[in-house]
Amino acid sequence: MTVRTIGSPVTQEMVRRALEGRQVNIINPLVALLLLISLLASLAILVVLLWDVVAKSLPVWEGRGWSVITNDLSPRPAETGMIQGILGSVMLTGIVVVLSFPLGVAAAIYLEEYARDTRITRLLVANIRNLAGVPSIVYGLLGLSVFVKLILEGLAGQVSGRTLIAGGLTLSMLVLSIMVITTQEALRAVPLAIREASFGVGATPWQTIRHHVLPVASPAIFTGSVLALARAFGESAPLLLAGAVLSTFFAAPEGTSLIDLVLEEKYTALPIIIYNWSRQPQQEYVALTAAAIVALLVILLVVNAGAILARDALERRNRM
Amino acid sequence: MGRNMLDTSVSLDLSGDRRRLRRERTIRWLFLSAGVFTILVSVAIVLSLVGEAVTFLQSIASEIDEGLGSLIADGWFPRRDRFDLRTIIWHTLAVSIIAMLVATPLGLGAAVYLSEYAKPGVRRVLKPVLEILAGIPSVVLGYFALRFITPDILRNLWDGTQQSNLMAAGIGVGILIIPLVSSVSEDAMQAVPRALREASYGLGAKKWHTSLRVVFPAALSGIVASLILGLSRAIGETMVVAIAAGATGGSLLQLNPLYGGQTMTGAMASLAIGSDQVAGGVAAFQSLFFVGLLLFLMTLVLNIGSERLVRRFRQRY
Repeated sequence: MTVRTIGSPVTQEMVRRALEGRQVNIINPLVALLLLISLLASLAILVVLLWDVVAKSLPVWEGRGWSVITNDLSPRPAETGMIQGILGSVMLTGIVVVLSFPLGVAAAIYLEEYARDTRITRLLVANIRNLAGVPSIVYGLLGLSVFVKLILEGLAGQVSGRTLIAGGLTLSMLVLSIMVITTQEALRAVPLAIREASFGVGATPWQTIRHHVLPVASPAIFTGSVLALARAFGESAPLLLAGAVLSTFFAAPEGTSLIDLVLEEKYTALPIIIYNWSRQPQQEYVALTAAAIVALLVILLVVNAGAILARDALERRNRM
Repeated sequence: MGRNMLDTSVSLDLSGDRRRLRRERTIRWLFLSAGVFTILVSVAIVLSLVGEAVTFLQSIASEIDEGLGSLIADGWFPRRDRFDLRTIIWHTLAVSIIAMLVATPLGLGAAVYLSEYAKPGVRRVLKPVLEILAGIPSVVLGYFALRFITPDILRNLWDGTQQSNLMAAGIGVGILIIPLVSSVSEDAMQAVPRALREASYGLGAKKWHTSLRVVFPAALSGIVASLILGLSRAIGETMVVAIAAGATGGSLLQLNPLYGGQTMTGAMASLAIGSDQVAGGVAAFQSLFFVGLLLFLMTLVLNIGSERLVRRFRQRY
């Protein structure tokens, strides 16, 4: 028995096409491809950037070995090193942790756990959002006029206020708003039911926060803070203004106490060394700058990876 | 039995332990003062900027022959009392426009792909790329612009490219803001309700049509907000410009992107390096704060604008 179809083969073909759409749909895969390419372009840029920096730094690692890390700064490119910058950056970050972490977490706890929706709360929130958008070099101006000129040179009477504490205070102000925003997000992610249960058995607000909210939010607060600190570690524009000296530093004699070092001595930071070296005309500095960048990126990578691993470990412990 | 009802009544003090209440109040007060401290930071920023900016205007008005006319002069040379604002503002705009030309297509393309096209596995691999890019310090991109983009790309395309130029700086800044543009606009597209996509498919629209003609317009205010935020970041970005755009000391107004020039932030950075020994110029040091105030106001307006757009977007859905 034969299957009977209606109409001529031509009409059948026309009906089939009308139902299935145009024969080849070129736009769909084309758009998908274009979008994918624009995303892959970022990947390509990242790969080229890393490859270029590592390739340019190779002669330094081969010729100098570790001495490029461990040497003090020197006007002679063949002997110079970046240890003072690394130490300076680590100490700056230490000051930032001590100042902006407690302040940032406290402000975030107030906004998320205590504040009602009043005009003052809205002002606080808007202010923090705007602070996060202020260009970093403007924080440098704040540091220069308030910490360097007003407090250290004016009130404390120092000859030069361009010390580590000035830089640390400046970076702390910069990081503070980021710290508040990440902590707020971490607190917001804690289920309301945990708070209600705690209040339900008669706990006070502080007991609830201390024993129930913070333990749950701590992994996220921790990672967010480390990311904010990594930002401070790589930041250089505000330090240009608030005192990191470009060429000579840490001329402090042996045995200067840590407190004097922080309060009174000149300093530099790793990103400032990168900035300074990248502007030097001599050809040797191209490779030296690349080496300093590799050091900076490796430090940031280790810190960030460590933070992510620590967060996962904390979350696993919390779940048990 | 003459039992007195009053004997069984119990009086309870429900006001709580006074010491504990005091502690609660102190803690709450401590947290509030941390919040208020952030307002002090803003006030300190505004006061220090405005104070020194006023000093700057006063001193050029009284001590320089041209007076306030030196704000419109031949080029920006603060050590020679020439503070031409047009020069640094036009250069800032040139760098920002180049940056946006780089970041807009790459950032938005990545956002649409991640939000609408990428399968979870692809997303897990490709999204961190943008996060890593976001974590790269700006000095590194400055070096990349100066030592790679200029010699290996721009010089191959255009022979006359100067070693420091606005184009390389603009491309560097653009790369820096790709992650910002893409993450904010991806959030906006993710917030578009699923029903809109389903309705579009239900009418027989194809994938590309749904993504670009339905979801994209629906997320438009969030996408515009991401671009404004990117522009604000580009205007305020310092290190890339300070390293790759060149012109330490000052520059004349010129709009060829292949030549060097000082932007607002570049001018501030180069003043900052020399501010230990401000040689010559009555107001070179204060001009730093004047330019800083302009920069602060420009980014503030842009940030508030983008915040408004995002809020309007959130209210709609």
